[in-house]
Amino acid sequence: MADTAYDVIIIGSGPGGYVTAIRAAQLGLKTAIVEREHLGGICLNWGCIPTKALLRSAEILDHANHAKSFGLKLDGTMTADVKDVVARSRGVSGRLNGGVGFLMKKNKIDVIWGEAKLTKPGEIVVGKPSKPAVEPQHPAPKGTKGEGTYTAKHIIVATGARPRALPGIEPDGKLIWTYFEAMKPDTMPKTMVVMGSGAIGIEFASFYRSMGVDVTVVELMANVMPVEDDEISKFARKALEKRGLKIITEAKVTKVDKAANSITAHVETKDGKVSQITTDHLISAVGVQGNIENLGLEALGVKTDRGCIVIDGYGKTSVPGIYAIGDVAGPPMLAHKAEHEGVICIEKIAGVPGVHPMDHGKIPGCTYCNPQVASVGLTEAKAKEQGRDIRVGRYSFNANGKAIALGEDNGMIKVIFDKTTGELLGAHMCGAEVTELIQGFVVAMNLETTEEDLMHTIFPHPTLSEMMKESVLDAYGRVLNA
Amino acid sequence: MPINITMPALSPTMEEGNLAKWMVKEGDTVSAGDVIAEIETDKATMEVEAVDEGTVGKIVIPEGTEGVKVNELIAVLLEDGEDASALESSGNGTGAVAGNAPDKAPAVPDSAPVIEVGAKAAGDPMPAPSTADGSRIFSSPLARRLAQQNGLDLAQLSGSGPHGRIIKRDIEAAIAAGTGKAAAAPAAAPAAAAPAPAPAAGPSAEQVLKLFEDGSYELEPHDGMRKTIAKRLTESKQTIPHFYVSVDCELDALLALRAQLNGAAPTDKDGKPAYKLSVNDMTIKALALALRDVPDANVSWTDDAMVKHKHADVGVAVSIPGGLITPIVRQAEMKPLSVISNEMKDMGRRAKERKLKPEEYQGGTTAVSNMGMMGVKDFSAVVNPPHATILAVGAGEKRPVVKDDALAVAMVMTVTLSTDHRCVDGALGAELLAAFKGYIENPMSMLV
Repeated sequence: MADTAYDVIIIGSGPGGYVTAIRAAQLGLKTAIVEREHLGGICLNWGCIPTKALLRSAEILDHANHAKSFGLKLDGTMTADVKDVVARSRGVSGRLNGGVGFLMKKNKIDVIWGEAKLTKPGEIVVGKPSKPAVEPQHPAPKGTKGEGTYTAKHIIVATGARPRALPGIEPDGKLIWTYFEAMKPDTMPKTMVVMGSGAIGIEFASFYRSMGVDVTVVELMANVMPVEDDEISKFARKALEKRGLKIITEAKVTKVDKAANSITAHVETKDGKVSQITTDHLISAVGVQGNIENLGLEALGVKTDRGCIVIDGYGKTSVPGIYAIGDVAGPPMLAHKAEHEGVICIEKIAGVPGVHPMDHGKIPGCTYCNPQVASVGLTEAKAKEQGRDIRVGRYSFNANGKAIALGEDNGMIKVIFDKTTGELLGAHMCGAEVTELIQGFVVAMNLETTEEDLMHTIFPHPTLSEMMKESVLDAYGRVLNA
Repeated sequence: MPINITMPALSPTMEEGNLAKWMVKEGDTVSAGDVIAEIETDKATMEVEAVDEGTVGKIVIPEGTEGVKVNELIAVLLEDGEDASALESSGNGTGAVAGNAPDKAPAVPDSAPVIEVGAKAAGDPMPAPSTADGSRIFSSPLARRLAQQNGLDLAQLSGSGPHGRIIKRDIEAAIAAGTGKAAAAPAAAPAAAAPAPAPAAGPSAEQVLKLFEDGSYELEPHDGMRKTIAKRLTESKQTIPHFYVSVDCELDALLALRAQLNGAAPTDKDGKPAYKLSVNDMTIKALALALRDVPDANVSWTDDAMVKHKHADVGVAVSIPGGLITPIVRQAEMKPLSVISNEMKDMGRRAKERKLKPEEYQGGTTAVSNMGMMGVKDFSAVVNPPHATILAVGAGEKRPVVKDDALAVAMVMTVTLSTDHRCVDGALGAELLAAFKGYIENPMSMLV
């Protein structure tokens, strides 16, 4: 095989791309991955990971501000040093970025540095990036291959997504930020408006609020985190407002007026009233869109729909030999969905027996605001919409020993079962550490347990997880500690 | 402390057996290794040996009792120095029965100290289902409940989850396709309790007997072997798509070689030859070698994978009073004819005495059924799973054959190969049979 011929080339080294590459290598396929900017993609350079680092600083600051309630005395005050908080976040990201480079080397996956374009089925040309990289970047890995023509039997597009921009309110990197700028402030602003209350918007709102910023969230829908269960969204909103976050729902920013060092957002509510909020920065977090441009997809006839590549359950596009996974292949745009989609795609290519298409009904979602929100499966409204006869169980953090001991007694867990079959249809949580708890229900759903098996499962005491069992018991009128 | 003797499991799949005969009586002294009883299982009669020494204090299950569950108490042994009164005092839950029910009929006392095998807590609403032979069916809890609610028998479904686990989508597919219905589908009963594909699908005993006049017949209850034959062969014909291939083999060369080999057999001091090969022995060897040459036919079917065997283990149907059994010549392709011949003699003799061990007749990768000695010209046999093939061998007889465009007379036998078409297709069966014919007609090749 020529040096530039591969079994599989993956375009994009985000969590979907690099995990797919490793799985391909495990399956004995000669694999290369193309990256134009940063190994690990948005997720670990400008998304999931660095924001978790920022939020950890915020969490420790929150705890310190409540030290007294734990019987602890802090002499003087604890304040955030913006530069150091950001530096830590970049450091965390850099460590993982280097880790992906190591994983590629370990699995003998060639890294091709540059921007790829599909020229014909089975061939790409790698050239210079069509857009400048977001700075600062971690150093590019050593030993990569460069610009040129490469061939592969299978080409997997995993180019991810980028922030969506609203016309007239395009991010400028100074007054109007996307997550890129919001992740590396030079100084802490005094005030801020966050447009959009999805996971990205609400996490930044929560972070900046913890840092003492006066934050206003503007959401188009009736609830914050509108994909979540109505009850959980309302619960989270109350908790966030208690922390001093201002939230305006069923409202949109219609236009902005920029001054030298401030920006005025015109916020129109459902009743048609327009108010003006003048603030230091506006964060635009109104969703992300697939990176489908400059790939040569159109010329090859790869079908796209609303900014995403159309695929079947195994990542196949409308053109044989070309596949797509992750954000670029459509929602939900989540790293773990991309990873799983990639594994399914490559295993199907390699002919691994027992591969089944992605089940979109069992993809968990986590939001790391304070308090955290996590969920999997159907919301109560969706279940009813599907005509399901359901049983709902709830349990509150304020009746759980561990939660009280942690000083985290504000939260709730909600489960939804099919009344006839006992199938666990959905689980929804808000409160401390729920992003770690949710996986218990994800495993349960994936193994198709019913309420009976969950009730027969021993949950350790004292843990937050006991609330999961209690919520199940509650759905069947058997709750113990409530 | 009295020692409980329970019904032993004489094979991994044995669930119950008939207590055919007691070799000891109450009061007898036994030591470890003594044969104390004979147990009849589905296929064989086996001896039960005492593990401990002592005096037989009480025989709980009288001989002739059928369907004694494995681990059921069958007798109580008294240790040295104990007398019958110890039976009364041994009320620790495991020995109580012997004293409690001294004269009760053979049936199992309610409180029998049965080790909890197969005993299910009555309150367990969702037992893990199992197949007819007791092996576990892997399925998700949701799939089990959906199967129960929809009257499906999990044993009839195949799973698409990891390692063949039956999951929700398999149930939904079965509902959509209208397959997998439990035979009697009471929605309330767990699917696992639904009858497995049973030979009883035909007319009931009552319906049959109604057709004959009272007194015009005698009823002879089935023994374990008869039930097993009925069950297995019904299962085979119902689930295995049979396919048949026949071929004629000329035997003259084989008979000549056989005479030569037998004539050359060394004799011991009594003048007894070390071996005496039969045509059947050579047939076994020829089939084993043919399977070695055509390994794709040496397989077993499972729903998930083809089981490709590394050796040809040839079962040989042996007719015995009351039924038949197939002792197995293991790795027959590796064994000299003399070894095959002597093994067959030994196993054939013990088969007739129903003294074969389970490992001697369970498994195998193919089988030979020979009715040549009864003058049968040709017939087709029923595949005996897990085998994928069975060779039905007819009689060798002089027949007119065409040789060099002229009529001639040759010894010819007709063999018919039955195959499980799920794993051995027609052409593959033909290939196997051609290889077999090659060995039979060029028998010297079996010796190298």
